[in-house]
Amino acid sequence: MEGPAIVTEDIARRFDDYWAVDGVNLSIGRGEIYGFLGPNGAGKSTLVRMLCTLLRPSRGRGLVAGYDVARQPELVRLQIGVALQDAALDDRQTGRELLDLQARLYGLRREERLARVAQVLTLVDIGDAVDRQIHTYSGGMKRRLDLAAALIHDPQILFLDEPTTGLDPESRAAVWREVRALQGERGTTIFLTTQYLEEADELADRVGIISRGHLVAEGTPDALKRTVGNDVIVAKVAEMPSAAVDGVRSVAGVEEVVRRGDELMVHAGDGAAAMSPVALALHGSGARVLSLTLRTPTLDDVFLQLTGAHLQADEAAETEGGTSGDAAAAGAAASGGAR
Amino acid sequence: MTEVAVSPTSVRVQARPAGFVVDLFSVAQRAVRQIPREPASVIPALIVPIFFYVLNIGALSKVTGAAAHIDFKSFELPVAVVFAVTGVSRASSLVTDIQNGYFDRLTITPVRRLPLLLGLMMADLALVMALAIPVLLVGLALGVHFRTGLPGMVLFVVLSGIWGLVFTGLPYAIALKTGNPGAVNASFVLFFPITFLSTTFVPKAALEGWLRTVATYNPMTYILAGLRALVSQPWSVSTATAVGDAVLAVGAFGLVSITLALLALRGRVRRP
Repeated sequence: MEGPAIVTEDIARRFDDYWAVDGVNLSIGRGEIYGFLGPNGAGKSTLVRMLCTLLRPSRGRGLVAGYDVARQPELVRLQIGVALQDAALDDRQTGRELLDLQARLYGLRREERLARVAQVLTLVDIGDAVDRQIHTYSGGMKRRLDLAAALIHDPQILFLDEPTTGLDPESRAAVWREVRALQGERGTTIFLTTQYLEEADELADRVGIISRGHLVAEGTPDALKRTVGNDVIVAKVAEMPSAAVDGVRSVAGVEEVVRRGDELMVHAGDGAAAMSPVALALHGSGARVLSLTLRTPTLDDVFLQLTGAHLQADEAAETEGGTSGDAAAAGAAASGGAR
Repeated sequence: MTEVAVSPTSVRVQARPAGFVVDLFSVAQRAVRQIPREPASVIPALIVPIFFYVLNIGALSKVTGAAAHIDFKSFELPVAVVFAVTGVSRASSLVTDIQNGYFDRLTITPVRRLPLLLGLMMADLALVMALAIPVLLVGLALGVHFRTGLPGMVLFVVLSGIWGLVFTGLPYAIALKTGNPGAVNASFVLFFPITFLSTTFVPKAALEGWLRTVATYNPMTYILAGLRALVSQPWSVSTATAVGDAVLAVGAFGLVSITLALLALRGRVRRP
C-alpha cells in the first residue's frame, strides 16, 4: 500500500436535512493510531460507516488503503477490520463458531482459520465460554469477541468504533495493550473513535476532534493541549457575581477564562503563580468559592475551548476529582451493562 | 483479563474473496446450526400438521370420503405435508441479524451478497424436507399406500420441499424490505388464503361458486393435485401430467416470490 492509509476529502453525509458529517478532511498515515474524539451524535460513527463501505458519502470522497470507498468497496473490505459501536454478533452461535465463520468469509484456509482463531482468542480471553452460545456472554465478553472478529483476517487497517465501551478497567487496559501491539508489531493503522479523553490521550498518535459533523481541531494530544495554555485552574463557585469573570480575567498571567455553569476554567501560563491572585480576585468580586484546583490541560479543555461545551458530563466530574481512568471506565462499564 | 500469551499478530494471513460456493455453504452451515438451537420455531411446524391430519381424518373421513368417493387418509396426506413445510424459514433470524447489526458485519466482509440469502434458503430446504418425512411416516403408519412406490415417495418429499422453499421467498422479501420482526410474523397470514382457498378438504369437483374460481387460479390446487396423484395413482400419463402441473405451479409461484426476495436483498445491501 502506497501513500496514506486513510484519506478523506470534503467527505460528508446527509440524513434528510441533517448533515451528520459535513466536509471532513483527513489524512492518516500508515501505521498511525488516529483517535477520533467527540461526544455522542458528533458524527464519529457516521464517518466510520462511510469508510467501512456501509454508508455512501453524500459528498466528497474517502480513500482507504488507496481504494475509493464509494467506487471500490470490495477492495476496501479486504483491507479493513471493523468493530462497530454495538457488538454485532449472532447470539445463537458459539464464540468459536462465529470466529470461524468470519474467517471463512475472508477466504482463510482451514489451517489458517484454526491458527487465527486460537490467536485472537488469546486476546479476548473469554476462556471456556468460547464454546458457549454468545447469548450467555456478558456485555464485556461480547465486546471482546467483537474485537477478535475484527482481527481474524489480520487486517492492515482497523476501525474501532468506541472499542472499550462496555469493558471493565482491566479488559480496557488489555485492549489498549493490544492496540499498541497491533501498531508496533504489525504496523496496523488504527482509526479509533472514542468519547473517552483518556483513551484518545493514551493511545492516539494524533487526535481529531469532531463536533456537529465538523472537524474542529486536529493534532497530537500534546499539541492540542498546548493550544489552551500550560495550566488550568478550575474554580467551583457557589455564587458567581457578574464581576467575577472580569476580575479573574484582569489577573496577571491569566490567558483565558471560560465560564460554564458554576465553574470557571482559568487558563494560565503559570498556574501555580496565578492561583493566589485568582483566589483573591474571586473573593474580591464577592464570589463564594467552593473549591480551587490546579491541573494541566486535558483534551476536554481543548474541546471546551473550541465548542463551549464539555465532551461529556462524566469527564467534567472526573477533572474535578483529579482522577480520570476510573470515572471513564465506570462509565464504560455502566454502558456495557445496560446493553 | 490475563496477560496476552500469544500476540494475534504473529500469524500472518491474507484476506481474499472465499468464492461463491464457500460463501454459500458457510452461510447455510450457520443457518442449519441454528435450527436445533431454536426448537420452538420448529416443533410446532411438526406437531400442528400431524395433529390436524389425525383430527381431520377422524372427523371428516367418513363424511367427505364417502361423499367424494376418495380415500380421505391419502387425500389429506399432501395437505398435512404442505402445512408442515409452508412458512418455515430463517426470515425471523434474518431480521434479528439486521436489527442487531450482525448483517452489517457480514456485509463488511468480502462475502458475495447472493449467498447471504441463498445460504439461508438452502438451510430451509433441508429443514422442510426433514419436516415432511415424519408427517409422511405418520401417513404410512395410518395406512396410506403410495401407488407410485418409493420413487413416488421421494418425489413427493422433494416436490413438497421445493414448495416450502419457494414460499420462503415471501417472508424473506418482507424481512429484507422491512427489517421488522412484526411484519415477518404477519407474513404468515399469507399461508391461509393460499392453503385454504383450494382443494384442501374436498376435490375441486365438489367446490362451487367463487371458491371454485379462486381455487382454479390458486397454485396450491395444482400442487396438491400433483402430490395426491403421487399417492393415489400408479405411474401413468395422468400422474405425470398432474406432477408436471404441480411443478409448473411451484415454478410460477417461485418466480414471483424469489424475485421479490432478490429485489429486497438488492435493496438491503445497496448502501444507502
